[in-house]
Amino acid sequence: MPETVEVPKERWTGAIREVTLGATAGEGGTRTRTVTVGGETTLPFLHFEGSMPNPPVIGIEIQDSYPDDWSSVLKDAWGDVLNDPAAWAKKAEELGADVIVLKLRGTDAAGNPTTAKQAAATIKNLLPATGLPILVRGPGQAERDNELLVAVAEAAPGERLALGLCEDKNYRTLVAGALAHGHVVIASSPIDVNLAKQLNILISDMRMPLDRVLMDPTTGALGYGLEYTYSVMERLRLAALTGDGMTQQPMVCFVGEESWRQKESRQAQGVPGEWGDIEKRGVTWETTTATALLESGADIVVLRHPKTVGVVRETIDKLMAE
Amino acid sequence: MALSGLQIYKLLPKTNCKECGHPTCLAFAMKLAAKQASLDDCPHVSVEAKESLAAASAPPIRLVKIGTGAREFQVGNETVMYRHEKTFFHPPGLALRIKDTEDADTIADKASQVNHYCVERVGIDMSLNAIAVENASGDAGAFKQAVEAIRSKTDLPLVLMSDSPDAIKAALQADGGHKPLVYAATTDNWQAMADAVKGANAALAVRSRDGLDELADLATKLADAGVEDLVLDPGSRALGKSLSDVTQLRRLALKKNFRPFGYPIITFPGEVADTEEGEIVAATQYISKYAGIIVMDHFDPAVAYPLLTLRLNIYTDPQKPISVDPGIYEFNNPTADSPLLTTTNFSLTYFSVAGELDGSGMPAWLVICDAEGMSVLTAWAAGKFDAETIAKAVKTFDVASKLNHKKIVLPGHVSVLSGELEEELPGWEIMVGPREAVDLPAYLKQLR
Repeated sequence: MPETVEVPKERWTGAIREVTLGATAGEGGTRTRTVTVGGETTLPFLHFEGSMPNPPVIGIEIQDSYPDDWSSVLKDAWGDVLNDPAAWAKKAEELGADVIVLKLRGTDAAGNPTTAKQAAATIKNLLPATGLPILVRGPGQAERDNELLVAVAEAAPGERLALGLCEDKNYRTLVAGALAHGHVVIASSPIDVNLAKQLNILISDMRMPLDRVLMDPTTGALGYGLEYTYSVMERLRLAALTGDGMTQQPMVCFVGEESWRQKESRQAQGVPGEWGDIEKRGVTWETTTATALLESGADIVVLRHPKTVGVVRETIDKLMAE
Repeated sequence: MALSGLQIYKLLPKTNCKECGHPTCLAFAMKLAAKQASLDDCPHVSVEAKESLAAASAPPIRLVKIGTGAREFQVGNETVMYRHEKTFFHPPGLALRIKDTEDADTIADKASQVNHYCVERVGIDMSLNAIAVENASGDAGAFKQAVEAIRSKTDLPLVLMSDSPDAIKAALQADGGHKPLVYAATTDNWQAMADAVKGANAALAVRSRDGLDELADLATKLADAGVEDLVLDPGSRALGKSLSDVTQLRRLALKKNFRPFGYPIITFPGEVADTEEGEIVAATQYISKYAGIIVMDHFDPAVAYPLLTLRLNIYTDPQKPISVDPGIYEFNNPTADSPLLTTTNFSLTYFSVAGELDGSGMPAWLVICDAEGMSVLTAWAAGKFDAETIAKAVKTFDVASKLNHKKIVLPGHVSVLSGELEEELPGWEIMVGPREAVDLPAYLKQLR
């Protein structure tokens, strides 16, 4: 007698919040399009039991001055545009970015600390160069982030930028800046479900609407803590789907930054022959990290290499096809 | 109905003979209840007890052993959907497909490349596990010849791929009893395939051409025909659909104890994509989502290394993170003048610090202390990362002999240890570094 298999569906009670990035002229900004992430009512890409109304999106990282410390593989792939954030953003848009991710390096080309004025000028120059929504990250030290990101928030009022990283140390200043000027924040916590949740609560206590909060669970690259990020994201997503309201923020993963920082994606000489070609290895490192994290719940993956962008785009398309 | 450990214990011989590999019958009973052991491991269990235990003791996903000797690998016997619930136990075997239509030199080259590929990471050797041989020619003689050629190069287990039971019989003979996996039984040939593998000491894959119903039907027929070691191919070859399928197979096996799906899964990333990049993505998906065997169509070290690293990451026990070996580690070819830093042997601590040091491009030494695998603050609070521990590591690894200076940089979180460490290491200058690894590059720059 032929078997009939009953499709095993989970009955989830929660959903991920939708967060919209960017604002058009009609909405008080100058973006030519906006991007909405989140809204899932099931685990990543399991279309048989729930919906994923918004496909995960790709951010391409650009920097405010020449990324001298980048892997030569990346420098070769991008060429001259690395000297000009506006040209770089245009190129990123051509390559199919959904959002532009501007990282403020903290120092200018001459090695001097970036001033708030310079940061404001950078975003002002970038806005006319691209119509895409923009995420802006500070150099990653709480005080410097506050100084520079608040200046960015003021310089681009109503654009609905996403500002980060907003951590337990500096969330007050950043959230206040984002609230005052109509932006979104990226809440970042160190690979921990409870800390992520707690930060969302603190931010929400400041009356920041939760449809203006993204979560950064902290990305570990392949071989450098990927499994911790992977599992924390699965746990956050399961908590969200079972109804825990303070874990229901869309997640952003800074895949490119972490993947291209490692020896495996930087070092061509003096490594074992079993590591193979540097470019292919580096791109695979980034692709693999991105794929694993998309399948554990990433709503935004931020990438660096143009080739990875193409592969990840195709992957998202395939996974969204029912 | 699953039995509890105590219920199972009552049916065991209670002799504590240890022949099952567990210290007591009770311990064995607990493992059986947790579906982490097989009743076959008990040589003294009575026939009656066996019958009443059979249903309760079988793991929800059968453990299937492929290959023999040092190259044997085991897949299946997984107990959770998500690795944080417990752990994933048996990493998927990675195989490279070779077709019997390729010329003899290519076949021999590929076989020895896969055979010899081995790459080390955090002290663990990682290799590929099998070679798949496909009967693309449709000719039993050519198939047999290809198997012989590969066998002459390697002891790796084989996946023998053909629709023809006769070709499979010839290949099984050429394989010479290395416990291969035969691929695949379908609605057209399942009886003949079952006959072919019987007595041949081989596992048999089942391929559905029409969804999960057909797969369940075939798996049931083969189990009834006495084939114990089955491997499932749900047949889907689209990335999204196959993610849904493998998820459903795993859920049905674990949550519904649905026997026809209680076997490992075989996947073919190269059949999911038109490009090598697409194949890599599919392999990534299958490593994290539920494959037991992954047959690749391309072999390149630049791809094998990341995929094997991913497998290592995903199959790391979340309760027991890999700690790194205490010792002195080099970054960016340090000289005797390069700075010396220290931290604990918790893997994530090490990887964070190592990542920053590597990424900074600046030469440095890092001495890793044995803090019992704890992070800096946890180890400090537990008294496992104190001045004594650090001094001991500095002396044990004879760090001074590598340096022209006597300066050591402490993690910022344990700056309080400076005074004590000065006493433990007379003549050394104790410096305090940043609290977070991410600030190391800036710190090193400023040191210069």
